[in-house]
Amino acid sequence: MSVETQETVAKASHSPESQALEDVVVRFAGDSGDGMQLTGSNFTEVTALFGNDLATFPDFPAEIRAPAGSTFGVSAFQIYFGSEDITTSGDAVDVLVAMNPAALTTNLETVVPGGLVIADAGAFNEKNLNKANYDSNPLEDGSLDAYRLLTIDIHSQVLAAVEEFELGHKAALRCKNMWTLGLVLWLFDREKATTIENLQKKFASKPDIANANIAALNAGHAYGETAELPTGVNVYKVPKAKVAPGTYRNVNGTQALAWGLIAGGQLADINLLFASYPITPASGLLHALAARKEFDVTTFQAEDEIAAVCAAIGASFAGSLGITSSAGPGIALKTEAISLAVSAELPLVVVNTQRGGPSTGLPTKTEQSDLLQAFYGRHGDTPLPVIASSSPADCFEVAIEAVRIATKYMTPVMLLSDGYIANASEPWLIPDIKDFAPFPVEFRTDPEGFNPSLRDPQSLARVWAKPGTPGLEHRIGGIEKSYETGNISYDPDNHQLMTDTREAKVAGISADIPEQEVALGESKGKLAVVGWGSTFGPIHQAVKRCRLEGLDVSHIHVRYLSPFPANLKALLADFDKVLVPEMNTGQLVKILRSEFLIDAKGLNKVSGQPFKIREITNAIKAELA
Amino acid sequence: MNQAVDKLTVADYSSDQEVRWCPGCGDYAILKTIQKLMPELNQAKENHVFVSGIGCSSRFPYYMNTYGFHTIHGRAPSVATGVKLANPDLDVWVITGDGDALSIGGNHTMHALRRNVDLNILLFNNEIYGLTKGQYSPTSKVGTRSPSTPEGSVDRPLSPCAIALGAGAPFVARSIDTEMKHLSPVVKESYLHKGASFVEILQNCPIYNDGIFEQVKDKKIAPDFRIEVEHGQPLLFGKDNNKGIRLNRESLELEVVTLGDDASLEEILVHDKTSITQANLLAAMQGPDFPVAVGILYHRPASAYVSDLEQQRLTLRESRGEGKLQDLLNSGHIWQVK
Repeated sequence: MSVETQETVAKASHSPESQALEDVVVRFAGDSGDGMQLTGSNFTEVTALFGNDLATFPDFPAEIRAPAGSTFGVSAFQIYFGSEDITTSGDAVDVLVAMNPAALTTNLETVVPGGLVIADAGAFNEKNLNKANYDSNPLEDGSLDAYRLLTIDIHSQVLAAVEEFELGHKAALRCKNMWTLGLVLWLFDREKATTIENLQKKFASKPDIANANIAALNAGHAYGETAELPTGVNVYKVPKAKVAPGTYRNVNGTQALAWGLIAGGQLADINLLFASYPITPASGLLHALAARKEFDVTTFQAEDEIAAVCAAIGASFAGSLGITSSAGPGIALKTEAISLAVSAELPLVVVNTQRGGPSTGLPTKTEQSDLLQAFYGRHGDTPLPVIASSSPADCFEVAIEAVRIATKYMTPVMLLSDGYIANASEPWLIPDIKDFAPFPVEFRTDPEGFNPSLRDPQSLARVWAKPGTPGLEHRIGGIEKSYETGNISYDPDNHQLMTDTREAKVAGISADIPEQEVALGESKGKLAVVGWGSTFGPIHQAVKRCRLEGLDVSHIHVRYLSPFPANLKALLADFDKVLVPEMNTGQLVKILRSEFLIDAKGLNKVSGQPFKIREITNAIKAELA
Repeated sequence: MNQAVDKLTVADYSSDQEVRWCPGCGDYAILKTIQKLMPELNQAKENHVFVSGIGCSSRFPYYMNTYGFHTIHGRAPSVATGVKLANPDLDVWVITGDGDALSIGGNHTMHALRRNVDLNILLFNNEIYGLTKGQYSPTSKVGTRSPSTPEGSVDRPLSPCAIALGAGAPFVARSIDTEMKHLSPVVKESYLHKGASFVEILQNCPIYNDGIFEQVKDKKIAPDFRIEVEHGQPLLFGKDNNKGIRLNRESLELEVVTLGDDASLEEILVHDKTSITQANLLAAMQGPDFPVAVGILYHRPASAYVSDLEQQRLTLRESRGEGKLQDLLNSGHIWQVK
């Protein structure tokens, strides 16, 4: 949330009609059972269709159904939208929708002073107030005076709106979220048609439920139009963003990654076997691919993480591309097998949707603390390429790159995403698949002079000969192999040569990836802010704002982490200072320091929440002070 | 399929690698049996894939002139499942041992069998860890003295065949390393079975557990200590073929009886390889009170995992058509910016 926008909001309270805003952050918060994620995703869709740029952040508890009214059961969905380019889900909230006291108490501190709080008075009863540790009702005791408060008994409003459908008390109250969405749609001057269409589709087999929800939505909207609202509560106008022409859709990181893998498989002209074991927040990828059997992708829910990676490796041996996916704890279990793939020189894509660690940690929260694991978390000298996606939409291209590198270099590739990227969504300029150059896999078929240790002299990739090919029968395995014949070899010099070759093969990929570019700013100067993964958004906004204030700062975003682009070292040397914000205790910064012998500094955060823009602008200003 | 399949011989299935098991190891005999069996299977050489884990037995693929993958400890069934999923036309073998399949890899063995993946699993059971120099294994008898159990093991062993049956394997058999005439047809049947097949091969380790199966192998005494089961035949054994297995209908347990002494031929249980109940009882028989059952204990075909998956895909493609990526990207709510 920018300083400018805060001022606009404050001014808005004196305007009776409507108020134009550059951008705005809305947060829906309620019980896990209140349907906040559904409300948020519907609002997102309407906002995107309207033409705003946006980013969203679903923030839900680990418990599937925590006790009603409890603070740990609060589920929230945040959307940041506006007329400028939006790359984060927003720092501070302009409009908070609190469906109960627990949602209010756990989310109020994110709201800007003067921000609008919409609360369902019907849920602020003694029982719920106690559960949220309120001694008195905050809607009545003046403790919310710093905010603009819109208190509505949504409970009774909804019951009245859906009475004719005779759903029963409990089912009727389930329409609360749609009533609230109706009100918020009115607040931002948005159409209801898309949501109505969605509800008809979602409840196609239960027309009563569909109609009740639609009635609730209409009633909420009508309430905004007709009710006498307190001063300062009025319609916001957020103009359309100026974005590149083309066809757009909303996409979350899980979808984009799944489609990118399918695209990669097509470009490589190879079938995919996606083998994985359920784990939060990575399971969505398994679901997304399991639903796409009309493509050349087979999914396999294995009995455990190890079986999943091993099945993927077996598939690669047999001539498909094996892909496995997990979060940190699962990746830890897979590491022995990943080293087998390094040793056997088979292609493999390993997706790590990172979450808060260590151990079970914070399964539903985001973190970037598996970078060192990706680099070094294996036994033996086991180099492998590591690449990371920066945003939901970026997952598409990164997945294609992972497939390209894995198949071209006969190596496992670690693809890092995180819980934020997987669940967040943003508008995506849909690419034309014809714009991607194919990289078809070539399987060996000629028995003449074949042995399994043959290498491409350029890429150093081992030959790929799939079972079923006559005359190429061969054995591979995890025991060290002769550089010359591929047979078992315990020869000391051979082990040195093979270790050096594996190292050189991965290092050589730096010549086959784009040069490191500067995402924003000059290619030399006082300060480079270097990031990787999902910190792209907040770093980008922070650097942009600081540059508008005249500060000499650039943003460098590293997608290819191992090996680094060949020019990265020289690029960083042209800056006086290097700052590395990460959602960990300092992992990329350690690697940059050790690889490049530069005095890079970390800016570190491990709260399970993405960086706020101002946390980074503050750090930039401190560095340049 | 390769036209010259029928002309292949043992030599065609032997790789150029020197076999490096200890002298006298039962694995040599198993290797020879499989290599000799291969030409009989009427399948192109390049279609066979041998996948193994870690352990003495797992060196097996190096010696077969087919496709082979020596993987990591315990994980061969998972790698093999991946091979089969990627190319259902391949004949996939899993070569494993008692430690590999039942200790570190117990989970994968169980699930490969439960899913009924079309794999031919050969478990070389020598009741000991050989490659790591002689520690007791999950199939070692109570009291096994080993470097890690100097006073003798106290934990009870598990029965590989009982585990396989419990996991839902549709084909379960037991045979003996050095008895080619018994082993070869059993393995052939397991190969012909479509779906997961599980063959426990009692295998002697001459270094760390020598003679552990002597009772069932020594021709002089074996007839009294083992029973060769055959579908449709009464369960008779003994030097004079006058001992039999009878079901006690009150306790629902098996008992050993002597023909003409305490039982007639009509009372002897007839082997029914399709009966899971009988298979469980036979798998559990062990000395000294019972003979060890060898042969095909259980065989009841069921539809296999990978072909079921393929069927699902075909059905889905009939209704949805071949996937078109650009259409997928453009699906759902899209909007134009001009």
